[in-house]
Amino acid sequence: MRVTFTVNGREQVADDVWEGESLLFVLRERLGLLGAKNACEQGECGSCTVYLDGLPVCACLVAAGQAQGRRVRTVEGLAGADGLAPVQRAFAECGAVQCGFCTPGLLVQADDLITRVPEPSDAEIREALAGNLCRCTGYEKILDAVRRAAELKAARR
Amino acid sequence: MTTTRAPGDVAAPGRGGVGDSALRPDGTLKVTGEFAYASDLWIDGTLFGATLRSPYARARIRAIDLGPALAVPGVEAVLTHEDVPGRRLYGLDHADQPVLAIGEVRHQGEPVALVAADHPETARRAMERIAIDWEVLEPITDARAVVADPDRLRVQERGGIVRHQPVRVGDVASARARAEVVVSGDFSVGIQDQAFLGPESGLAVPAEDGGVDLFVATQWLWGDLRQIAPCLGLPEDKVRMTLAGVGGAFGGREDLSMQIHAGMLALRTGRPVRIVYNRYESFFGHVHRHPAQMRYEYGATRDGRIVYATAEIVLDGGAYTSSTPNVVANAASLGLGPYEIPNLEIDAYGVYTNNPPCGAMRGFGAVQACFAYESMMDRLGAACGLGPVEIRRINAAGQGSKLATGQVIDSPAPLAEMLTRLEAMPLPPPPDRTDLRNLPGGVSQATHGEGVVRGVGYGVGLKNICFSEGFDDYSTARVRLEVAAGEPTVVVHTAAAEVGQGLVTLQAQIARTELGVDRVTVAPADDRIGDAGSSSASRQSYMTGGAVRAACAAVRDEVLALARTRLGAGDDLSLAGGKVVSASAGAVATIADVLGDRTVEHTREYHHRPTVPMDPVTGQGDTHVQLALCVHRAVVDVDVELGLVKVVELAAVQDVGKIMNRLSLEGQIHGGSAQGLGLALMEEIVVQDGLVRNPSFTDYLIPTILDTPPQRLEILERPDPRAPYGLRGAGEPPTLSSTPAIVAAVRAATGRPLNRVPIRPEDLCRRCS
Repeated sequence: MRVTFTVNGREQVADDVWEGESLLFVLRERLGLLGAKNACEQGECGSCTVYLDGLPVCACLVAAGQAQGRRVRTVEGLAGADGLAPVQRAFAECGAVQCGFCTPGLLVQADDLITRVPEPSDAEIREALAGNLCRCTGYEKILDAVRRAAELKAARR
Repeated sequence: MTTTRAPGDVAAPGRGGVGDSALRPDGTLKVTGEFAYASDLWIDGTLFGATLRSPYARARIRAIDLGPALAVPGVEAVLTHEDVPGRRLYGLDHADQPVLAIGEVRHQGEPVALVAADHPETARRAMERIAIDWEVLEPITDARAVVADPDRLRVQERGGIVRHQPVRVGDVASARARAEVVVSGDFSVGIQDQAFLGPESGLAVPAEDGGVDLFVATQWLWGDLRQIAPCLGLPEDKVRMTLAGVGGAFGGREDLSMQIHAGMLALRTGRPVRIVYNRYESFFGHVHRHPAQMRYEYGATRDGRIVYATAEIVLDGGAYTSSTPNVVANAASLGLGPYEIPNLEIDAYGVYTNNPPCGAMRGFGAVQACFAYESMMDRLGAACGLGPVEIRRINAAGQGSKLATGQVIDSPAPLAEMLTRLEAMPLPPPPDRTDLRNLPGGVSQATHGEGVVRGVGYGVGLKNICFSEGFDDYSTARVRLEVAAGEPTVVVHTAAAEVGQGLVTLQAQIARTELGVDRVTVAPADDRIGDAGSSSASRQSYMTGGAVRAACAAVRDEVLALARTRLGAGDDLSLAGGKVVSASAGAVATIADVLGDRTVEHTREYHHRPTVPMDPVTGQGDTHVQLALCVHRAVVDVDVELGLVKVVELAAVQDVGKIMNRLSLEGQIHGGSAQGLGLALMEEIVVQDGLVRNPSFTDYLIPTILDTPPQRLEILERPDPRAPYGLRGAGEPPTLSSTPAIVAAVRAATGRPLNRVPIRPEDLCRRCS
């Protein structure tokens, strides 16, 4: 089948998509957008988190056909004309990235949090990121990074 | 699609020498999604490789029919052991693992056949059509039974036992007669999985010379190469290895997974082949942490001084040797921890079974014993009327103490001081019960505070750094200094694997410090330079750090000699801030001016001090290069009615000799502690009759951000004079000590014995048992 949808502001067409393919597979294997990661492919780890019509979802749990006509934003679409997004800068600066495989999904989820909640408490950060597994950091630097990202975002307003 | 991606140079511009919290040079690539992990590699025309695995723990293969699979449109190759071009067995130290099963499978998930196809779904359908006539056999699954009867319970020709390592010091029998207090215990540890997030994956590209280029995520390029080339029937120079982006390792990439398989498919089809495991397959695609059964007995004087100890440690290695012999050596040599014990008998066994294969995981044989010996310290303290810190301080080893192996600790080991500092750290306040998120069970409203009891516990861990027992795990570095765009620029090249730990950052920091330049590029790790050893045993800062420093020193010596010749300067020169600096006269020239268009390049190997194997009868010998300590205090709240645990805080004191990069060091301690938390409370590969019951992140739980508490750290710098910069390996020790600290805290809250990790809810709740 053919799937047409918008990715990071550009219309994309994927042809010869098998009905069993996930949005994650189409992004990675057909569109070459490899930022969203394939860590568990069963919705448990959050590494493939992308925005679908503005809401964070696990791209591995979305059938490719469900993306038809909709807007997808991936980690590749977080940075703007003014450079890295606040979450990206903060994760790199605070030591929140080690192997980095969980990072793209965490960035989208954290970006969603600080967009909805400009000054999140630690409890709110933990709740928002509870679906994103990280095996390297023990999450301490990730908490630092989200707090810092909220500050950076506030400073840009 | 026409994208081609391959690992590239990592430029590390900007400042940050040794001791600075320099940022990861690959950090920007990782936050923009551009970093090329092994599962992201792609070349036009690439086929998807897939692996058919055994559904049984032990079975004979009477016949295989590949015909129906080959007939599936889109399938390019279907291979079995008969297609292995070279040697059909491989292994880290002992080659006993079949590339593809030869007539028999010895564990669930053992690879049997390979498929290459144009789409993963085509490959999956083809694998379903491979018809195998199985004769299912009764699996051997009881490790203790194998120790008792190793000749009858054979998974391998060579018998049931991989290695038995005794350790004998003094006279336990007469010490037992003198002991005023005796305590004993049986302990066990379940199978822990590394659960790195980037699944096993890689790309094999056939080359025109008949060889193959492999882009893989591994911990040890040269270790891989030495196993891969003979199996592919190729000389080592026709198998070219490049490190692809690694999504975590923790020991699970020390053994091979898809490397030979992808190489075989690429050579057979003449096309690039990519293999990417999914999470289910990953649980079968790598070795795990050995499960352990342990029996300990300690005798002491009434005032708490240990007079003897005995320990039997049985480690289940699964069907193949892997690194079990070395895991046994760690369990034996470190089996009683950092305590002075004059009389002791330790017997550590590694055995073959049909359970899941086990090998390296962070902590490597020291983790299992640490849970037992720390549980014993608490038990002994209670029997002597002493608190957990006091009993440990009374028996603490230090510099000058002897380990169980007779090896004298010959660099700082300030355990007693670390315990004192740990105890002095402030404790967290009681939970604010008005917010459910602070309570066990959280917003699932398991409790509103009723039945919640707080507990505090302590744990100590001792880990060897670098490979032990006579292994010369040297590292090699090439450093080039030249002028680019008017600025002195350094390129560092090694075969050392960056697996997330920050080695790539550290290499650049060392080059900046040693050569006084800002611009450093770290070339992709590959085998076009000599061995760097494995990214394991907390050894890369020490070994590859040492090699990079040595190569930099050689480059610096040449530059300074050049400066003396060209400038007629004196002997008091050094490099700093891009300049040649004289101690007496200040800056005398820029490095760029001294170099001109000249390139200065040197390659150096770095070797640690020699060690010896453990004596096969007494276990004695100077077997370890370096030792490292970490101590933890855990504070937990337990809902004793429902068996739910919330870890409130972890506090740690670790001696690292020298803080090379505080930001990444703290990340190592946080992350290592969290993995120890996982082993204490939730992580276990559940096995029944040799079959894994929970191969998914739905059923194998690793700590989330809700499970992992705030961590309070105090980091000491007591330099080891033998090590580069005085540093002490730091990645593993926290993984040891956090587990027993958390279990001790849960014991304190519940009064339960808790002789097994991970703790299960039914081990805790009053009404369950």
